[in-house]
Amino acid sequence: MREPTPEQIRDERVYRSLGLTDAEYDLVVEKLGRLPNYVEAGIFGVLWSEHCSYKSSKVHLRRFPTSGPQVLQGPGENAGVVDIGDGMAVAFKMESHNHPSAVEPYQGAATGVGGILRDIFTMGARPVAFLDSLRFGPLDDARTRYLFSEVVAGIGGYGNCVGIPTVGGEVQFSPTYRGNPLVNAMCVGILPADGIVRGTATGVGNPVFVVGARTGRDGIHGATFASAEDPEEKERSAVQVGDPFLGKLLMEACLELIASGAVVGIQDMGAAGLTSSSAEMASRAGGGLELVLDRVPVREEGMTPYEMMLSESQERMLVVLERGREQVAFDIFQRYGLEVADVGRVTDDGRLRLIWHGEVVGDMPVVALVDEAPVYERPIGPDITVESASIPTSLSAHEAWLAILAHPSVADKRWVYRQYDTMVRAQTVMGPGSDAALVKVPGMDKAIAMATDGNSRYVALNPRRGGQIAVAEAVRNLATTGAKPLAITNCLNFGNPEKPEVMRQLSDAIDGMADACKVLDTPVVSGNVSLYNESRGLDIQPTPVVGAVGVIDGIAKRLPSAPAREVAAGLELWLLGREDDRLDGTLYGELVCGQPVGDAPYIDLAEERRLHELLQAIAGAQVAVAAHDVTEGGIAAAVAEMMIQCDVGGEIHAPVEMELLGWLFSEAQGRALVAVEKDCAAELARLADTHAVPARKLGSLGATDDVVVRQAGDTAFTISLTALRDAFERAIPMALQSAAAGASA
Amino acid sequence: MKWAVVVFPGSNCDEDAAQAVREATGDAVDLVWHDATDLSAYDAIILPGGFSYGDYLRSGAIARFSPAVEAVRREVAEGKLVLGICNGFQVLTESHLLPGALLRNNHLQFRCEMVELIVDNNTSPFTRAYQLGERIQIPIAHGEGRFHADPETVAGLRNEGRIAFRYADSPNGSVADIAGILGEGGNVLGLMPHPERAIFDWMGSVDGRRLFQSMHQYVEEGLAHARANA
Repeated sequence: MREPTPEQIRDERVYRSLGLTDAEYDLVVEKLGRLPNYVEAGIFGVLWSEHCSYKSSKVHLRRFPTSGPQVLQGPGENAGVVDIGDGMAVAFKMESHNHPSAVEPYQGAATGVGGILRDIFTMGARPVAFLDSLRFGPLDDARTRYLFSEVVAGIGGYGNCVGIPTVGGEVQFSPTYRGNPLVNAMCVGILPADGIVRGTATGVGNPVFVVGARTGRDGIHGATFASAEDPEEKERSAVQVGDPFLGKLLMEACLELIASGAVVGIQDMGAAGLTSSSAEMASRAGGGLELVLDRVPVREEGMTPYEMMLSESQERMLVVLERGREQVAFDIFQRYGLEVADVGRVTDDGRLRLIWHGEVVGDMPVVALVDEAPVYERPIGPDITVESASIPTSLSAHEAWLAILAHPSVADKRWVYRQYDTMVRAQTVMGPGSDAALVKVPGMDKAIAMATDGNSRYVALNPRRGGQIAVAEAVRNLATTGAKPLAITNCLNFGNPEKPEVMRQLSDAIDGMADACKVLDTPVVSGNVSLYNESRGLDIQPTPVVGAVGVIDGIAKRLPSAPAREVAAGLELWLLGREDDRLDGTLYGELVCGQPVGDAPYIDLAEERRLHELLQAIAGAQVAVAAHDVTEGGIAAAVAEMMIQCDVGGEIHAPVEMELLGWLFSEAQGRALVAVEKDCAAELARLADTHAVPARKLGSLGATDDVVVRQAGDTAFTISLTALRDAFERAIPMALQSAAAGASA
Repeated sequence: MKWAVVVFPGSNCDEDAAQAVREATGDAVDLVWHDATDLSAYDAIILPGGFSYGDYLRSGAIARFSPAVEAVRREVAEGKLVLGICNGFQVLTESHLLPGALLRNNHLQFRCEMVELIVDNNTSPFTRAYQLGERIQIPIAHGEGRFHADPETVAGLRNEGRIAFRYADSPNGSVADIAGILGEGGNVLGLMPHPERAIFDWMGSVDGRRLFQSMHQYVEEGLAHARANA
């Protein structure tokens, strides 16, 4: 097949199939001063795609706070880096792999994990943990069950094999994701604070290497595909295939190479493969690169420059070495049995130049490819009107309690995480099922705290407040374990940015997240935007997912999410934060009305921050036995989760002035449940008082085998802990099992 | 005494095993690359967990051809202690240093969780610090951990006291609930659970420590005996 000529590309508008609009094509011609050939048009197409250029979101992303004394590397590199004290730092980033996972869920999820892994080790960090934030449609749908099972298997398939524990994340289910599941993978790594490696191609004449897997024809157009099409029409051939064994070897070899000091710059060949890695490395250095494509190791004969530049074959890295030290790399890669090829050199002419069969087949200014990519101020729809709604209380407290615990978003996720190796590396102090995961820094009495969160129901109802809550919830998860929150990463999963109402959601949600980041002192250090999450013309509910990272000094201070069974009976339960009985934005409301209703739940960021500081003080003084944050499903869910986990019942008291149903299921933010020994309760109350956080004894554990709810001295009702446990633990396995039985019948 | 942990391409519990040995015994540990041809300098050798050679073909099937496993074979014959954990157990069965095979879990999923084991032999060099019938907590993390052998082999293992650990509640469908078995000479142990993940309180169990301590004690006694006879 002959490639179209520059004239054909123009006349037949071939550029449209490469992801360029008419206006963008004209801009390419202007920047080049001539018509682009096929490979050049393809390169512009992927680099100017939404996925690579952030052209619709860039003007809004600038509103995120990105600096602070704890930030060693903010956005713009392969990952963000924060200082965790004692000379150590943490690199982390989250990235979406939604579109590939909708088409080929196992490989889509696996390569999402592999890609984010490479982003972390290229910073010079040893990856130590994965977290995954997943969203699916309801489990009564056969395709959803397939997607869910395969995504989980794919995450495990890659993560377990590379030997990095998957320690946390969340899974939520809502009809909004039926045609467009979300797969957001986060990786966290540890490095010396002074050991950051950047993705820059500096030093004129320095050699450039492709290392790892050979380049094949897989995944061509993955980046443009991620940004433009409807998943219903997507093709599996654009999805890449992962090889975790090769990924593991590549990681070990690259970390060894980085430790040798011979590396000038290193970058993963992720979306848009060789194109984005070379252009971005040259852009960061303000220089150029010359690549001789004949030297790129390929999987099959006859690959064209276009295919080589746009391939998204996995497990490849682009490395710039210090001239004269190439042998160091050859020795290391040979030991790991990995291919390494010298494919070019660093130049100072600001061009990305491609040579093939002795001819220049592509020659483009790097600034035009990266820095001068189009930026759109897309039209933003009118303000979203938000109204508090009166929600029918047609579900009794008893029914709702069971229904909420059996809702797959709240229900026990053990079916998911026991398919992940959560303990490899032998540093996992608290794994999945905790409010936040804690992973020890080897050789130190210090652990990294990590959590992801992001409730789209709140953002759909009130994008600004929903954005605030997304950050607050993730950060609160850290504080609940006693850790000090440091920074966040995020994945902004939204619909079609060409619709003004979607841009309104995006803009408002970013404002809300920025509000929370400022007040909670957790700057954004890395992140990713995934737009065009839609199917059959319907956009998903706006879903910003936040990955928060913090540190706890002294692991003995940690607060688990429930007390151990042996010590639970006799403990007092305290509620930190305000009482609330509004059902706005609650899961209760959604269960009753079939969709999100009302405003997003209450949040006050100043109160939120005081709560986080109080939780750290409580952990620091070792006053409490356990802590669990109050979130989806309200106090009812939080109390049940704690009691189920420690397998001890108890009683709780509702305030007289509160409407009982609302009080049980309100999802008002800024609250946590704490289990404390009687002797320590006074100290707890004193600490709460000094932090200006309301604190009240909610009840106690152990006097009963059930859960007893009292109000005004009377027993309002009793619910069986066994029934709650069954609802919580069986929901997901049953949903999958009955489906399997149905299928075989 | 001196320990070796063999590192195959794709091993991922090698550092964990070394950490466990150091913590539980205070002994010196070397990580030894899979191309090592002589392991005679070591008193005990660990084949760690992971995905050696990507578990291509079958778990452990390619590792058995590595130079290090040939060296292990010689040290087994010399009576040295060899411990295969998870993928290491798979390598040992593939190498016929232990009988049977490890098949895909009966539920077809990878499974990682803390499990309860029953100590079925407390006289071996690996288990002497446990009580017979003691129930211990050790995590598992495997997709292919269902031990299988023909009935005669299983009967033989049972009669010779070579079943070291059984699952209290099998997580994978292993025949006779077998979690770990001993080689003919008693100096090879393969087990699917990960004792190196049960070393510190914060791991949720410290029951793995005694396995390494048993090995340490056994070897040190042997060395002391040899010195006395020298």
